[in-house]
Amino acid sequence: MASFKPTKIPIYPKLGEKVTQDTVYWKNYKAPVQIKEFGAVTNIHFSPVAPHNYAVTAFTRIHIYGPFSQEPVKSFTRFKDTAYCGRYRSDGQLLVAGCEDSVVRLFDVSGKVALRMFKGHTKAVHVTDFTSERYHIFTGSDDYTCRLWDIPNATELNTYQEHTDYIRCGVTSKLNRDLFITGSYDHTLKLFDARVDKSVITMDHGQPVESVLLYPSEGLVVSAGGRYVKVWDLLKGGQPLVSLKNHHKTVTSLCLSSNGQRLLSASLDRHVKVYNTTNFRVVHNFDYAASVLSLALAPDDESIIVGMTNGVLSIKHRKSPEESKEVSHQQRRRPSYRVFVKGKNYMPKQDDYLVSKPVREYLTKYDKHLKKFNISKALDSALQAGNRQRKPEVTVAVIKELDRRGTLKNALAGRDEKALSELLHFITKNMVDFRFAPVLVPAANMILDIYRSVIGQSPVVDRQLLYLQDLLQKEINYQQELLDVLGMLDTLFASSVPRKELLCSSSSRTNGLAQGETASTARPELQAT
Amino acid sequence: MVEHGDIRVVHRGGIARYCRFLCERGIFCCCRFLLCGSGYEVKVFSTSTEECIHDLRAHTDLVTGVLLRPSNHLQAYSCSTDGTVRLWDYTDGILIKTYVIGYPIYSIYTSANHSGVLFVVTPTSDKRSEFQLVAVHLPQSGDQLVEAREFSAVLSDVSSNPAATSFGRGGEYIASAKGLQLEVYFFKKQKFFLKEDNKKGGKNTFTCLACHPKDDCIATGHEDGKIRLWRNFNHKKEYTYTTLHWHHSAVSSLCFTPEGTNLLSGGIESVLVQWRYNQESQRDFLPRLGAAITHIAVSPDGALFCTSHSDNKITIIRSSIQVSAVIQGLVKGDSVRTDLMVDPRSKALVLNGKPGHLQFYSLQRDKLLYNLDIVQQEYIHQSGLEQFEVVKAAFDAYGNWLATVEERKQKPTELELNLKLWAFDEQTQSFMLNTTISAPHEARITAMCFCHSTDSQTTVLVSVSKDGHFKAWQLAPATHTEGPSWSCDFVGAYHSLVPECCCFSADGSLLAVSFQEVVTVWSPASWELLTTLSQPPGAIRNLCFGQLTCSKYLLGTTDKNLLCCWNLLTCSLEWSTSMDVSLLLSDPFSENMAAFCCQAGCTDLFVFKPSEPRPLFSHKAVCLGKVTRAVFAPREKMLESCEETSQWLNHSQLYFVTQYMVNTQHNEATWHYSREALKNMGLCIRIFTDTFLVYKSVYRLRWLMS
Repeated sequence: MASFKPTKIPIYPKLGEKVTQDTVYWKNYKAPVQIKEFGAVTNIHFSPVAPHNYAVTAFTRIHIYGPFSQEPVKSFTRFKDTAYCGRYRSDGQLLVAGCEDSVVRLFDVSGKVALRMFKGHTKAVHVTDFTSERYHIFTGSDDYTCRLWDIPNATELNTYQEHTDYIRCGVTSKLNRDLFITGSYDHTLKLFDARVDKSVITMDHGQPVESVLLYPSEGLVVSAGGRYVKVWDLLKGGQPLVSLKNHHKTVTSLCLSSNGQRLLSASLDRHVKVYNTTNFRVVHNFDYAASVLSLALAPDDESIIVGMTNGVLSIKHRKSPEESKEVSHQQRRRPSYRVFVKGKNYMPKQDDYLVSKPVREYLTKYDKHLKKFNISKALDSALQAGNRQRKPEVTVAVIKELDRRGTLKNALAGRDEKALSELLHFITKNMVDFRFAPVLVPAANMILDIYRSVIGQSPVVDRQLLYLQDLLQKEINYQQELLDVLGMLDTLFASSVPRKELLCSSSSRTNGLAQGETASTARPELQAT
Repeated sequence: MVEHGDIRVVHRGGIARYCRFLCERGIFCCCRFLLCGSGYEVKVFSTSTEECIHDLRAHTDLVTGVLLRPSNHLQAYSCSTDGTVRLWDYTDGILIKTYVIGYPIYSIYTSANHSGVLFVVTPTSDKRSEFQLVAVHLPQSGDQLVEAREFSAVLSDVSSNPAATSFGRGGEYIASAKGLQLEVYFFKKQKFFLKEDNKKGGKNTFTCLACHPKDDCIATGHEDGKIRLWRNFNHKKEYTYTTLHWHHSAVSSLCFTPEGTNLLSGGIESVLVQWRYNQESQRDFLPRLGAAITHIAVSPDGALFCTSHSDNKITIIRSSIQVSAVIQGLVKGDSVRTDLMVDPRSKALVLNGKPGHLQFYSLQRDKLLYNLDIVQQEYIHQSGLEQFEVVKAAFDAYGNWLATVEERKQKPTELELNLKLWAFDEQTQSFMLNTTISAPHEARITAMCFCHSTDSQTTVLVSVSKDGHFKAWQLAPATHTEGPSWSCDFVGAYHSLVPECCCFSADGSLLAVSFQEVVTVWSPASWELLTTLSQPPGAIRNLCFGQLTCSKYLLGTTDKNLLCCWNLLTCSLEWSTSMDVSLLLSDPFSENMAAFCCQAGCTDLFVFKPSEPRPLFSHKAVCLGKVTRAVFAPREKMLESCEETSQWLNHSQLYFVTQYMVNTQHNEATWHYSREALKNMGLCIRIFTDTFLVYKSVYRLRWLMS
């Protein structure tokens, strides 16, 4: 006849993080590959041409990694002091880097020795970049100046002395050969035009600027400094657009996703946050082990690379489509897999007569016991370690089922010290959960009734009972406080709800109540579904 | 049941299905047919197709027993409380002979050893509560109607339960059990007593009995679930017995297979147990048969078993303990707690069925379509256990959504409530669970309805509870991880009064909720309280909006005998009349409304339009007792009646359920009337009576008498 109906495990709505399209996208990365560098990783830059190698600037070296290599493909070590800001030219052939010793070096990607050395700065150069017409270099230094250099002649073209503090970040425009933006510790961002001798637009960030980013359209610029990330509209003359304060330590690096829809910011608070660029809400968050100094996304978001203060370079690769699918239904292949698969993948032909085999139902251990009315064993198997810790709802559902059958008391009785303390441990752990309390409170009452006579014989059980008492007292106090708050809120709501006159029939026949009655309505609290 | 023009009340479902097991004897013939007494008739079913082949109709009262004729296996005897035994050719459905006994017969036995003799249980002539086993010598006569007057008493003071008496060893002796006493009557010697003492307060009362066909062994079932096998009883005082114990409560039926190799037993656990004779430790089980087993029968060749169940079902089981067929009538539950509803898709009547299920019963074909499992829990067959019960159900306008409420009350303070919403699945053609809301309200839900608007995209469900709130539930759109689900949209209350009824207007633009004496009218679009209507004193009992052209009217009945009709355009009382309406409902297919008024133990029916207080149709004393549930079901084919009093039945039929506790006389009287009405199927109002309750009480009464 009808088969045994297994115990229904209620599905509770997951609290906390909601699964959105973004979380699915940003979680779809493999476990990170960690590479130890010699010092803090200050800059990561991707080559604009395939195969998209990336240059990692750490301490006195610049390492170049291939997209999937865990060993550097190449390294530039001819720095006398800490290197800064290794950046590729747009054709991927040349690489420029600043140095603590104020010399700017230009390398051929295939060579080893610097092609050109640009001397002129008097202090460490933290910012270097190629202009979009590829023959000039722009640099920013701790001597408060930024300069333009000509590559073929290795001569200085222009010097801008407008900042009043260290220049620590800057970018050149990809669309216009003459424009570049610098950010400085004097709290300002300045947009320079190489055709004139001074800055065109000045924007006040309010904090020492650590990172600057230009949108691909170059209408907007994003700056990071202090705990703030700010967006400025260049087309409106540097008008501030948004100010974001989502980190609790200095934001060090900024990056855009490949489609330009998401903005990423890395901070010393060890988080990388992903913003939606239409509403500037945080849509995802990555946690790292140490303060993050540099951040880069590979083209098509194939990998996220993060450099940290402890010299660790963390590389996360995107999962391939097959891999991400595999995770959803993990099937472990047993050795006898081939035997089982035999004939299973046979597709019936059109005129085949199908004889269905009776489907064998699989029952969990506790259901098997429940089917045989072995109630104590059912409770024992529901209390097994795996269920108890990871899935308390299973254990609670079994206790509820036993209660429904009227046999909970029998199942709880007759336990030894170990089993009883396990049971009490589970109850104390889950009793204050509002989802489980209606089931566990009567169960706890029953346990106290059953084992009242043995109290005092086992120190383990006694300790747990005392803990239970303590827990209940705490919960009662907590409920008391909540009721207080509820009372306060009620008075607030009562005074804020507008009193509305009821429309009432003008004809005064014997219906309708006295005028001026108000309905006490309240907005609902959402029910769990 | 007085004739009134053309309109008659017809009992449906009741006679045909409910009382089948009053006689509780199913028998087999040739493995092909199953005979069983059902109300006033004997039904012949095919064991392979489950279809009813013949209705053998001639008895004028309950059929209490059916038996094969030992000398001719193509003929069968049936006995009835009308005092006749009839002989049938069941393959062709022909009545061969009628033997008039003259006394109500409660069971019938024959044996191949005693040809020309029938053994019947009749009440002793002086006291109707005492029964005796009488041998009736059938006169040899060619007439159709024969009067049998040659009786000889065999045993006095026997039980009227057919299962408590049995022939043993090819008719050498007859054994009968009653109370704590087992009597064995040897036809060659004299009778014999075995007495079972009520030792240690055990419940040793005999409940049923079966005799081994070859051996001198009697198996008896007891109230405490034990089965005893008695042997050696042909010598005085030297009898022995062995005890078998598996059942946890009373054994209701026992049966040996024809060769005597196996013993079958069943009880309230709804498990068929097969014991090997002489190897009693070996048992086979067929669990989860659905409801308590009331009777077990075995076919003469032993290939098929059949069990009849308390929920109006016969299960046919192969001898390998596998179910081969199920014959199911309208499922008999404990009571109808949900309203009667009509599924908008299948036009099936929907009400409580098996415990925790809703049954869909096709009115057109008079057949059970399916049972929908609402509670989805293993049903524990144990008396005294509180189970989840489906107490409310509602369909939306198109039958896409079904809302159900189930509750379980273990202790007075603890009430478990679940609100479930079911979506109709086109692929499987049945309802799939969409959302479960546990504890939707803090107290019992008294009413629930869907918004019946036809154009709105989102359906709204309103539930009204004793906790003083009504809640509106709305379908939340699907997120990318999970499909659409229901959530609470609004919680309403009015002056901390307790709401009772709720009702949506026909176009879904207004919601009326009654709070004791006050009717509040809300707008579901903005959840604003629009107006209040009241007619004190007297709390509102029923609330109903008019349909179609009368949709501007709102009707309410109060428990102070008042029927009020408000006009919602003027917000004023249109008319009111004084009548004690127990149930008010509107026909969704016309403007008509039906009101049932309870007066002096009888219920009157009034049909009227809300626009005028004059009734279109009235019928005094439609039935006895109070009408508890009613529904208008659409007709398949519209009728073209122009007579004013019957026009209201052109589009729909009215079904209702009564609930009354009456004595046997009333009940029998009802039956007679309904039989006549059935013959005269003109235009009819069809009625379900809550007959199973009545019949149960009849059965109890008989037990008391015995």
